[in-house]
Amino acid sequence: MTKNFIKPLTGASAVSEAMRQIDPDVVAAYPITPQTEIVMKFSQFVNDGKVNTEFVPVESEHSAMSACVGASAAGARAMTATASAGLALMWEILYVAASNRLPIVMPVVNRALSAPINIHCDHSDTMGARDSGWIQIYCESAQEAYDNVIAAVRIAEHEKILLPVMVCQDGFITSHAMERVDILEDEKVKKFAGELKLPFPLLDTDNPVTYGPLDLFDYYFEHKRQQSEAISHVFEVTDSIYKEFEKISGRKYNRVETYKIKDAETAIVALNSTIGTAKDVVDALREKGEKVGLLFPRMFRPFPAEEIAEKLSGLSAVAVLDRSETFSGTGGPMLADIKSALYEKESRPTILKYIYGLGGREINPAQIEQVFSDLKEVKKGKKVEQVVYLGVRE
Amino acid sequence: MSEKGWKELEIGGRITEAGNAAKYKTGDWRTFLPDVDREKCINCLQCYLYCPDMAIEAKADGTLGKIDLDYCKGCGICSNICPVKCIEMKKEEK
Repeated sequence: MTKNFIKPLTGASAVSEAMRQIDPDVVAAYPITPQTEIVMKFSQFVNDGKVNTEFVPVESEHSAMSACVGASAAGARAMTATASAGLALMWEILYVAASNRLPIVMPVVNRALSAPINIHCDHSDTMGARDSGWIQIYCESAQEAYDNVIAAVRIAEHEKILLPVMVCQDGFITSHAMERVDILEDEKVKKFAGELKLPFPLLDTDNPVTYGPLDLFDYYFEHKRQQSEAISHVFEVTDSIYKEFEKISGRKYNRVETYKIKDAETAIVALNSTIGTAKDVVDALREKGEKVGLLFPRMFRPFPAEEIAEKLSGLSAVAVLDRSETFSGTGGPMLADIKSALYEKESRPTILKYIYGLGGREINPAQIEQVFSDLKEVKKGKKVEQVVYLGVRE
Repeated sequence: MSEKGWKELEIGGRITEAGNAAKYKTGDWRTFLPDVDREKCINCLQCYLYCPDMAIEAKADGTLGKIDLDYCKGCGICSNICPVKCIEMKKEEK
């Protein structure tokens, strides 16, 4: 048996490695910065005969997702990857994939949406797709992206779920930065992913089935209700799959990740790579005796509201850092979900609202420290009601 | 059509029974009804070929048979395609 090995990999390459080991039946993809490296490396694996995948070099992301829908309905394990405008172009078919209950797994490299055109990281692409019926998992590092792509296959394909999953990482910050990544042995991943057996594959000609028929006022509502039901099982299924993954990898994942939050008085809530930056700041502040912590909703759809409320309700002040705008006039998308999660709680922290890092604007430790210092002021009684645009030039 | 609840239906709107379109009676959509002048009909069966709902029967001897009103939705394609104009669309009295 070969052993696990450590490789220096970018977040994008780590994902291609995971895809190589999963060896999906079909990958249909179109390159877009900063996702390109995923598809480039994977198509090399196809060319070199390292995988048995049928690779479909489509002419657009709308076609990429459409080809995945067809392949998945046929009974194949189908994957693609995208970013930004590519995800936006898939929009119509995202809903088709989720509503047809097709367990497609899609790594997404988070990038800003146009206009003005921008290739760098923010979360406006996946945040816009948050209500499409896909499960969304967010990743801090290349290692997390690698691990979660593997876990996502099992979550998506679970008989109680049968829903597609996006596994998100930050454009350039994670996708193009070289990290130390612990790669599992091929056999372990193969065994973990297992054989795919989808109910009612189109290729089973002895049992003909129709996918995507007209579904009007008499049945559509029932099919949406079924989707909500599947979503209600995602937490229990994810917990058990994360446990199983821990057994083969030694790495533990949770739907809601926290860092030094147990005795914290104030905390920051953020997604992806910002959590990595913030951990350093928390460590430094902890050394000075400040009771600060972090919360990272690894799973954003479905939203682990109860667990998040449980973990935040005892705190005195919390800052929610959104890397996208909703233009609702009330702040970012995560803020709305966090506030709504806390509504039922008797004790609620004061919440500070931040929007940061749009279009790849850097978020640095000094800014995170500023947020913690704002939280400290609020704890002492200072009132801040407006949304703060962290790092924007006035 | 029996209307099942969400727990009994196949997920994702899948239809797992082949050829069940016959259970969907499109005849109740109708406003106009085809009225065939059998004297003028030359039995070319263009109407049978063009009917989108397979509501027009072609008999074994190659002549025009009955129009199945359970499925005829009154679209008028048969009337339009008829080379001798022997099918008139008449408003249906219900």
